[in-house]
Amino acid sequence: MSELHDCRKAFANTVEELARRDPRIVVLSNDSVSSASLSHFAEAFPGRLFNVGIAEQNMVGMASGMANGGKMPFVAAAACFLTGRALEQIKADVAYTGTNVKLCGVSPGLAYGPLGGTHHSIEDIAWLRAIANMTIIVPADPLETEQAVRAAADFVGPVYLRISRMGVPVVHTADYRFEIGKAVRLRDGNDVTLAACGTLVPRALDAAAMLAAEGIQARVLNIATVKPIDREAIIAAAVETGGIVTAEEHTIYGGFGSAVAEVVATTHPVPMRILGVPGVFAPTGSPEFLFEHFGLTPQGIHDAALELLG
Amino acid sequence: MTMLNNSQSLHNKAYEIRQRNLIMIHEAGGGHTGGDLSSADILAALYLNGVLHVDPQNPRDPERDRFFMSKGHGSGLLYTTLAFAGFFPEEELATFMKPLSRLNGHPNVHVPGVEANTGALGHGLPMAVGAALAAKMDGAAWRTFVLTGDGELQEGSNWEAAMAAAQHQLDNLTLIIDRNRFQMVDRTERIIGLEPLADKWRAFGWAVQEINGHDHDEIMQTFSAIPFEDGKPNCVIAYTHKGEGVSFIKDRAAWHHRVPTEEELNTALEELRGAVQ
Repeated sequence: MSELHDCRKAFANTVEELARRDPRIVVLSNDSVSSASLSHFAEAFPGRLFNVGIAEQNMVGMASGMANGGKMPFVAAAACFLTGRALEQIKADVAYTGTNVKLCGVSPGLAYGPLGGTHHSIEDIAWLRAIANMTIIVPADPLETEQAVRAAADFVGPVYLRISRMGVPVVHTADYRFEIGKAVRLRDGNDVTLAACGTLVPRALDAAAMLAAEGIQARVLNIATVKPIDREAIIAAAVETGGIVTAEEHTIYGGFGSAVAEVVATTHPVPMRILGVPGVFAPTGSPEFLFEHFGLTPQGIHDAALELLG
Repeated sequence: MTMLNNSQSLHNKAYEIRQRNLIMIHEAGGGHTGGDLSSADILAALYLNGVLHVDPQNPRDPERDRFFMSKGHGSGLLYTTLAFAGFFPEEELATFMKPLSRLNGHPNVHVPGVEANTGALGHGLPMAVGAALAAKMDGAAWRTFVLTGDGELQEGSNWEAAMAAAQHQLDNLTLIIDRNRFQMVDRTERIIGLEPLADKWRAFGWAVQEINGHDHDEIMQTFSAIPFEDGKPNCVIAYTHKGEGVSFIKDRAAWHHRVPTEEELNTALEELRGAVQ
């Protein structure tokens, strides 16, 4: 098994590096400075990290006000509380008002596995995807996380970054260049497409390898920008491969798979399978256990592809 | 005596704003009549007597004072005041709430002078805390003001922000509470009571002044005394009357967002004109 990496580290290191050059950058957190791996940032820039306490609505409102005052706030908090508790602030103060705030949902999806449904963040993409003027990025590995943070800082306007806690292998080579709105093809193939974001990308690659051993050439798309989604890459996949399996660490309602399906259904309809959490609150168990439980595994993606191919 | 003259002319200006505001609501067939009238003196003081350092010709000047209209349903009053202050032509008020007008039913940043898209209650104070904190970080001279309703204080986000403002010693932040004692359907104290309101803010670490929110001498004296105490955020509880200036609207919950008929408008305008000296 290849070495696993924690994307939070790449996130925190990059924010810190950017902060050295850009005095506008400040960090706000809801008493989760250490769980967002920001302790070092706090030491390096003691006057630029604000622990706002356990108060997410005020945290996001304050971030909007700080942006109004010329700062570029990175709001780092557990994804479940950041997006759920402060959803109206995200909508009104950040997206609708159009403030230059970077929302960083840490430990999203099933990362807090044994802690249960209050801590799982499997609705965040759906909630934020429904909000206009919101860019959503779900990086797959440390390199992509680092580049996504840079891209978010360069972009003027609201961005939601989903920063994975679960260990992930490296999927991109050192020369990879992330661009907002661009999907990347990690494996060529014309028999079927496996489209994934975040933690499901390495699993889609493993599934493709399993399929290849059976003579099936699967295209693998990493679609890190869930919004605005890369329509061209999706339409090309539909036209050229005739079927798409999506996989995400999120509910299947309104998330990444839904975003892909909206493009497919309205342009070039082809059969699809949407893998994710199937509209239930996840039971307790480690993230790895829950991924197995919901078939978010190379085997599960492989089987869905075979099912599509009939 | 300058102060008196000043306060007399401000009083007159506030009553002209009230007239224009009511005409606008009548023409639009919508708006928040009662709450607009209760805040009119406060907004007139902020914008037309130099309390806010803002430049209508350069509304996004980074060094400007910030004003957040947290009671966003008071958009009609805010737009009227901004027009009177020169942020955009007064004629545009005729488009209030009309299709595709930027003067929509709640403030939005497409309107020059508007800092944030408010209307969902309990949002202004957290944003104002963030703005004031940004100014503190930079050692900047600009100040932040926010106007909330009183019923709005039932939103918990205000109290999160109240704690943060005290924690960061934001004496460059001023919260003005339009204490007209009514929310949409009834008196606040009959729904979810706010009293003892001043004690609550003091307990949260704020310096509190209680004033008559329709008395321009008191309003100006209070604003010129900011900061009330070094290291403490400022809270002005402005006791007002919902519907102030029009006897048949004043203190009547039914006028929260009732629109005056033509006859009611004319009666109201006559009374408002009579108050201009």
